[in-house]
Amino acid sequence: MIVKVKAFGVSRDILGGREVELEMSGNSVGDLRKSLSSQFPKLDKLNSLFIAVNQEYAADDKAILISDEIALIPPVSGG
Amino acid sequence: MIEITNQPIDVQKIISAASRHEAGAVNTFIGTVRNNTLGNKVIKLEYEAYEPMAISEIEKIINQAIDQWKLTGFSVSHRVGVLLPGEIAVVVAVSTPHRKNSFAACQFIIDTLKQTVPIWKREFFENGNEWVSAHP
Repeated sequence: MIVKVKAFGVSRDILGGREVELEMSGNSVGDLRKSLSSQFPKLDKLNSLFIAVNQEYAADDKAILISDEIALIPPVSGG
Repeated sequence: MIEITNQPIDVQKIISAASRHEAGAVNTFIGTVRNNTLGNKVIKLEYEAYEPMAISEIEKIINQAIDQWKLTGFSVSHRVGVLLPGEIAVVVAVSTPHRKNSFAACQFIIDTLKQTVPIWKREFFENGNEWVSAHP
């Protein structure tokens, strides 16, 4: 399926935009991770990469719906 | 009060929003932009936030602090956009009945904010820029 992914910080630079449409196989956060990793290998070089679904940190086994708000959360550095 | 703002932070407003007559202590942390990182001159910082999630993650931290240290009041403001050295990036203010809890709660809130809240900072040096903590 095709999902819309919001990207912030360094992940925005890597994906090339604030919101990117992405083809993924499977339907879980873990599946999305695999698709991201193969399309954007630079993401693997980050200290960490969390994925948020509907503005909550999501585990890899969480299922993704096409209507969900999905965001990449590279290492945070607020404060 | 919790806010993400692209305007300069009014510290007195944040302190007033946290203050309560039931409190005997108000504790405030002010995070400012340092002009160097490991000896490299910092020209400016740029902050960005995933705003709705940042607000809800800060709410979670505040709720934990309310449970643990019996806050009477709280206020958190985080700046986004371009900031110059010396400018205020974040203000945390809490009030509690007694001072000891106010120190502990304030430290917990800023420490946890730096670990979990989706806000990012990019440092601009004289010869390039870098997202902080992004890479090993």
